[in-house]
Amino acid sequence: MRKIKLLTPVILITLLLGVTIAGCTQSAPTSPAATPSPTVNLNGAGATFPNPLYAKWFDEYYKITGIKINYQPIGSGGGISQITQGTVDFGASDGIMTAEQLAKAEAAHGPILHIPMTSGAVAVIYNLAGISSGQLKLTGDVLADIYQKKITRWNNPRLTASNPGLNLPDEPIAVVHRSDGSGTTFIFTNYLSKVSPDWSTEVGNATSVNWPGDIGGQGNAGVAGQVKQIAGSIGYVELAYARQNSIAWAQLMNLGGKYIEPSLAATTKAAEGVTLPDDMKVMITNSSSPDAYPITGFTWILAYANQTDKAKGETLVKMLWWAIHEGQQYTQPLDYAPLSSTAVTKAENQVLSIIYQGQPLLSR
Amino acid sequence: MKASAPELTKDHAKGGIPRRHWRIGDRIFSNLTLVFAMAVVGILIGMIIALNIDALPAIRKFGPAFIWSLSWDPVKESFGALPAVYGTLLSSAISLIIAIPISLGAAIFLVELAPAWIRAPGSFLIEMLAAIPSVIIGLWGLFVLVPFVRSPIEQWLGSRLGFLPFFQGPPFGVGFLAAGIILAIMVIPIITAMSRDVMRAVPASQREAMLALGATRWEMIRRAVLPYCRSGLVGAVILGLGRALGETMAVTMVIGNSYALTASLFSPGATIASKIASEFSEATGDVFIGSLVELALVLFAVTLAVNVVARLLVWRMTVVKTTRE
Repeated sequence: MRKIKLLTPVILITLLLGVTIAGCTQSAPTSPAATPSPTVNLNGAGATFPNPLYAKWFDEYYKITGIKINYQPIGSGGGISQITQGTVDFGASDGIMTAEQLAKAEAAHGPILHIPMTSGAVAVIYNLAGISSGQLKLTGDVLADIYQKKITRWNNPRLTASNPGLNLPDEPIAVVHRSDGSGTTFIFTNYLSKVSPDWSTEVGNATSVNWPGDIGGQGNAGVAGQVKQIAGSIGYVELAYARQNSIAWAQLMNLGGKYIEPSLAATTKAAEGVTLPDDMKVMITNSSSPDAYPITGFTWILAYANQTDKAKGETLVKMLWWAIHEGQQYTQPLDYAPLSSTAVTKAENQVLSIIYQGQPLLSR
Repeated sequence: MKASAPELTKDHAKGGIPRRHWRIGDRIFSNLTLVFAMAVVGILIGMIIALNIDALPAIRKFGPAFIWSLSWDPVKESFGALPAVYGTLLSSAISLIIAIPISLGAAIFLVELAPAWIRAPGSFLIEMLAAIPSVIIGLWGLFVLVPFVRSPIEQWLGSRLGFLPFFQGPPFGVGFLAAGIILAIMVIPIITAMSRDVMRAVPASQREAMLALGATRWEMIRRAVLPYCRSGLVGAVILGLGRALGETMAVTMVIGNSYALTASLFSPGATIASKIASEFSEATGDVFIGSLVELALVLFAVTLAVNVVARLLVWRMTVVKTTRE
């Protein structure tokens, strides 16, 4: 009996020590400097919107090259903070980094590149009995006023004016928005800020804003779920989500005065109506291209222009080159819009500008 | 139960072997448990310090006005906690109003009235309800409860009691009312199980004495059982309230996530926990993140305040009881 009593704490302590020692030995090999492996793997984190595409890409890329790329879809904000802290090899974002964010990240790591990977559109969805997908027509300022709760009923004269053939009900409009911060919201509010001066001054453009109205849903699924349940509601989701779940969407008037349904072709067109700057930090909402859908945006991979590890840098630029060329074939089947040819050229130049100790890592 | 615990250890220490005569194993074990106990306290203190550090940008910018400010505007970087605090307290209050009568009724039935063959399975099923993950309750809430709340509950309340400010506005389904009901469902098993245990601890002699005096069963429950375990019942409610205040996932799914301070129970709103859960992953900028962390501190404070008030309540009740006796 006595022996057992004495033994228990001893066993406990040895167990505890054992666990801590095991913990130490386990964590040792993960430090990158310790073991240079023949194939370099990359870690990335960021936007959730392109995650299905990135997952497909990195899976295909692994089959071709044997290089493993871990991508964590933690959100654009998370991607930006991880690249700022230097905990990942690349970040990903649906929004452009703000001047403040860039200053902070570039102070520590040098220039950060925004390399476009694909583009997506935001569909405006609604739930109106008897009005099927594509029948409702909206102009930008009307949409902004609906979201600002200035237009509160479906039979408002400004709505009936653009929809002469439709019998819009005398019912309140329930406005549904994203409750979580999101790149989708960034693109949507960027568009509303461009078409409505009131929206721009009173609400503004960000991944999360001070919504004047109604209901917040978590993620695309949350917004779509609320719109499906509540008669007379309006919401916005990624085009891919609306397509895959066949939710009724509205036509929107673009800058040229034409009503356009959201589609992949109309999304790619949007990039043609905008002069793309060399750094590609550009929002392509409200494009002047005659057949463009107005609420579209790029999604970017964020990369350090000055790589500090040669092997990792080489792997990264090769992967990026592959993504903007061969990778583009996987966009459409997954409901993403491929990059326009101008966008690809600009992205190529960005990838070529990535250097290690002053030397480019890739040449044509 | 709780009140007697410290006395027990004191008696035990008095009657036990003096510390200096302890065997080495006892000492090691005693120190080991001390380390574990301190670790728990250390984690709590560490959390509060870490939260304060992360919240610093917001604390510096807004000062105490953060507590009563109404806005939540990431674009203009102006943040305030009041609508979230209000939403937290309101949804928890609704849940308790629904849960307390149901839970006490269920506990009384299980302890005093139910035939023996129902007691065990009844208790088991109620505990099963407590074990359902909150995401699943939230999903059920979103797809089953919310449509039901929209119509008929909110439509009926709106048409009959629409003159009251609590039942005005369009019936969206999602909102404070739905959140309160979801919370009630999550809180009921906790309060029921705890109340059942404290009622069961009431000595049979109490009941027998009451019945011997010619009391009916109801009088026996009301005069002998409930007063005897009153502090335990309050404790059960407090435990339920603690769950309601901090519940995140299920509430986020049904509360509608609007940052509003309105009297209407139909209105979509937000709680502190739901606000943090919704916005933290995509928050950018030190002030925005700091404000979310400061919200967490506010939740800490609200929970602490509620617990202190509850402890005082229990303490006063026991004092009143003992002076009466």
